[in-house]
Amino acid sequence: MTRLAEYAEARELTVNLMLRELRGRYKRSALGWTWSLLNPLSTVIVFSIVFAFFLKVKPPVGHPSGLDNFAMFLLCGLLPFNYLSNSMNGSLDALLANSNLIRKVYFPREVLVVSTIGALLVTFLVELGVLGVLLLAFGNMILPWIPMLLVLVAIQTVFVLGIGLMLSVLNVYFRDVKHFINISLQALFYSAPIVYPISFVEDAARRTSFPLLRVYELNPLVRFVDAYRAVLYDLRFPALSDILYTSAWAVALLALGLFVFHRLDRRLAEEV
Amino acid sequence: MSAVITVDDVSKQYRLYHERNQSLKAAIMRRARVKYEEFWALRDVSFEVPEGATFALIGENGSGKSTLLKCMAHILRPEKGRIETNGKISALLELGAGFHPELTGRENIFLNGSILGMSKKQLNQRFDEIVGFAGLEHFIDTPVKNYSSGMYVRLGFSVAINVDPEILLIDEVLAVGDAEFQRKCLEKFDDFRAAGKTIVIVSHALESVRNLCDTAAWLEHGQLRRIGNASEVIDEYLTESHADRAADGTHGARWGSGEARVEKIEVLDASGEPVKRVCTGDTVVFRFHYKSDALIAKPVWGMALYTLDGVWVTGPSTREVGLFPDQLEPGAEGYVDLRVERLLLLPGTYDVSASLFNITGATVYDMRHRAVRFDVEFGDPHEEYGFVSLGGSWEGAILDAAR
Repeated sequence: MTRLAEYAEARELTVNLMLRELRGRYKRSALGWTWSLLNPLSTVIVFSIVFAFFLKVKPPVGHPSGLDNFAMFLLCGLLPFNYLSNSMNGSLDALLANSNLIRKVYFPREVLVVSTIGALLVTFLVELGVLGVLLLAFGNMILPWIPMLLVLVAIQTVFVLGIGLMLSVLNVYFRDVKHFINISLQALFYSAPIVYPISFVEDAARRTSFPLLRVYELNPLVRFVDAYRAVLYDLRFPALSDILYTSAWAVALLALGLFVFHRLDRRLAEEV
Repeated sequence: MSAVITVDDVSKQYRLYHERNQSLKAAIMRRARVKYEEFWALRDVSFEVPEGATFALIGENGSGKSTLLKCMAHILRPEKGRIETNGKISALLELGAGFHPELTGRENIFLNGSILGMSKKQLNQRFDEIVGFAGLEHFIDTPVKNYSSGMYVRLGFSVAINVDPEILLIDEVLAVGDAEFQRKCLEKFDDFRAAGKTIVIVSHALESVRNLCDTAAWLEHGQLRRIGNASEVIDEYLTESHADRAADGTHGARWGSGEARVEKIEVLDASGEPVKRVCTGDTVVFRFHYKSDALIAKPVWGMALYTLDGVWVTGPSTREVGLFPDQLEPGAEGYVDLRVERLLLLPGTYDVSASLFNITGATVYDMRHRAVRFDVEFGDPHEEYGFVSLGGSWEGAILDAAR
């Protein structure tokens, strides 16, 4: 059987594992799904106090939306970042946590990564929905921008899938990939204009001869945050260059992820 | 008949890690990715499983039969050679693998079913059958973590068997559940065979295999030793594997003071010839040769029979029948027999223990635990289930008419 036919057959399994993930996640917790919203909320509160109040970070005024609100500004970058970081963490455990399945049942192993990220995608969409309501309350008419938003979500999903496939299988062979990623994620968070506006970096770039801004913008996360913010905060089309750049990364990472996964999944049942 | 599983020159290598090297630092320090010893679990194995066969893989522990089964299920990939399978496979390697403890039985049926490759439509159709087969109607909306281990396994088996595969791979799971559930399982296997489907079984329960399977492959140290008619292959396997368990008993634990000893244990047929295989209903003599170095007062001879699983079947002794010789002189030698006119053990493999102790049981002179092994085959009465026959006869007007 070719891989494609196997994938087609495994669609339903993917959905079911995704549902298992979603149903199991908040079982037996009193607040249940609310936790998924409380998490970003607490981050917003802490960061608003530290960055907007103590450090006096001024969010740029949305253009053309005219929105001027640090919490909204932060959420527009924080939610996509959380999607990325949760997907990376989830993928690291996707295979190891299901070792009993891998050792006892045959199915395309990619399914485990895809369903993990699928479940996180659902969470992300719910969070974006809540953010949308908040933005509407603050007067940002985002409804016409939903299709554009979904395009961005799609690009980012391909992007995280590629990373996830790679990380999941690498972590089986080298368990410290996980620790390395945990450290990297912290650096990654501050490497993109999530809690601060990109104008800070532009200012800093003017003070140095080093092509800071150019290097800074090599980071695909910077482009993702830029694009999400354009759609959600500013209510305008994201820069075409951002879309092309992130798409190129997404496709390249997915190809690399699949390649690495298939190179290393031969002995998966023995190694997990 | 065409082959549904073609095993073509398959070799499977495992890596035995001496020092597991899962940290980057260790890898860099040692400048080698990993250090391991190669171990070939399978070596150049080739054969075909014909369509509709009930096929057994037999062999000792570590012979590679489970590895081969996992290769057939595509869970493991062989380093060399290939395995072609033709048709939908369901592998019963571990029942309930993938159950989520927090989810209910109902949710887990759908989840586990789809892991095993069933569509939602199929699952909806078979849901009642699955639940009924497992006998869990009242507990289906309870989280499976509250199930007993028997319920858990029954549900796992029920889902797996209802996948309706063309090829069923089974690894030692025949012995799950109570007798009633086992009977249902055997019925299900019969349905399977009747429907012309293929079953591959890995098992140590050789007598069940003999009854269930038509073809067997015997693996030894990862290589195919013999393949053919199940009964013949099993006979040959048993003969060989017993050859190293000598008739005079060099295996099994042995303890005791040693002042008097059970020198040799023999299993004899009616004519007094040593045998390794008898049939249900045969006359069998268990002969215990003894030798004494000291003066032993009131010696007692005892014996016991165990199944391979270690179930103690029986344990007669001379004390129970009130036979108390006064003493054994130093240097006394001889034998005592336990003569069984009609051996009512059912087909299977049994171990004999022998002991020599004093009347109170306080002093054990010699205890030879499971020292000799012999097989029982179908005889008269021709019965199959359990360990013993009651030697009874079925009667009744309606039965007389059928006689």
